[in-house]
Amino acid sequence: MRLGPASLLSVFVLAAAPFVHAQSAAMNLPQNITAGSAFSIPTSGSGQGTITIVGPAQALRRNVQLGESVSFPAGVLYDAGSYVVVLDAGSSISAGTLTVTPANQPATLSFLAEPSRLPVSLPDGISGAAYVFDAYHNLITQPLPVAFNLTGQAGADQTRNVTSANGVAWTRMNSAAKEGSAKFIASVGGVSSTRIIEEVPGDPCNLIISAKPDGANVLVATAPVRDCSGNPVPDGTIVTFTENYNGTQSTADVPLKRDIASVEMPAHPGATISVASGVVAGNEVRWEGH
Amino acid sequence: MRRILALACAMALPAAIHAQQPNVQVQSPDLHGSRQLEKLTEASVIRDYLESWQTLDQALDQNQAQLLGADFAGTALGKFTDTITDQTKYGIHTRYTERGHNLQIVFYSPDGLSIQIIDTVDYDEQVMNGEKVLATQPMHARYVAVLTPSQTRWMVRVLQTEAQ
Repeated sequence: MRLGPASLLSVFVLAAAPFVHAQSAAMNLPQNITAGSAFSIPTSGSGQGTITIVGPAQALRRNVQLGESVSFPAGVLYDAGSYVVVLDAGSSISAGTLTVTPANQPATLSFLAEPSRLPVSLPDGISGAAYVFDAYHNLITQPLPVAFNLTGQAGADQTRNVTSANGVAWTRMNSAAKEGSAKFIASVGGVSSTRIIEEVPGDPCNLIISAKPDGANVLVATAPVRDCSGNPVPDGTIVTFTENYNGTQSTADVPLKRDIASVEMPAHPGATISVASGVVAGNEVRWEGH
Repeated sequence: MRRILALACAMALPAAIHAQQPNVQVQSPDLHGSRQLEKLTEASVIRDYLESWQTLDQALDQNQAQLLGADFAGTALGKFTDTITDQTKYGIHTRYTERGHNLQIVFYSPDGLSIQIIDTVDYDEQVMNGEKVLATQPMHARYVAVLTPSQTRWMVRVLQTEAQ
């Protein structure tokens, strides 16, 4: 088949047309958008194409009529990050980048608090770290005021106001002087998260014993055992009694029962009896036989 | 001629391997007193973090979400898994070629259960349809990463960029 000049020209135009259209296809990308917000990408050119938005955290594709704006409704592109945007218009492709930033309204807090149980009156004994996220689980890296509050059954509430840095705020708190449960609350922008901290009595403080005859033995007993803040030390805490007599030593480990530990020991005149619990040592008595 | 070719290949091979390794700069930790960071911990966190990038590169290039579980957890694992699902749906994959990391540990939680890294990363992102490269974009982004310890390693829970 032979083609005339007019046919050849039309073949050339038909072949070249998509290329010309493709060359003119372009898009005008927004530089930054807020996570989850609506946005549009104006395009130029004619014909059909696709827009692909892809980053590590999300991938999207939309068909596009070149020359029109592509609208992305709210809630479609929501993961914070850097994205490559590709406009594929057939034989030509244009590309650019856009950044999605977290919304500045906190929606969830990831609150790490420890320990869950600790002795009373411990300076800086409680720590908390709060990571602040928006509604799409993006870490909000803009500085935000985070309030930490520790409220207990007794003692004054403690509050720390901390500005988050890179999405996290942290603090340390003292445990209260009185035993009991305390609420450790982190809050920011109307969102809060609570952890329960159990504050328990500390080590015994000022162990005091007395002795009295009990038949052939001597009955040694502590005064009610308290920690240094006056809280009763829990039953079951071990108290160790030691008797030294004439170069020999005998010991007895006794659990506290209703705040008191007591034991019968051999009544050797001239013996010395001492008491200790953990790292705390109490007084010493000398048994003179009465 | 063959000897010259072999010599050229031998010289080119280490250069090619080296080109695949990103340049990594590590700044001294800036923890603002949150918790002291032991050198061994610092080293393992950085090692695991950089390994997680390699895993992410592979997973997004091969569209294999199951690779992610060894290095990612929580939010990061969920988001990257969704990305791979979408990439597969659209018939694309993405190839990330890291050129450089400049990173610093900026937070170690008092309980020792989370560590935060700020990393300025230079990389190329190629969007591909099969073997056809749709686009290649050089990227320069500041990443925020949060890692938490698992039984054997530090896992990345958050990995996101922020506007520069």
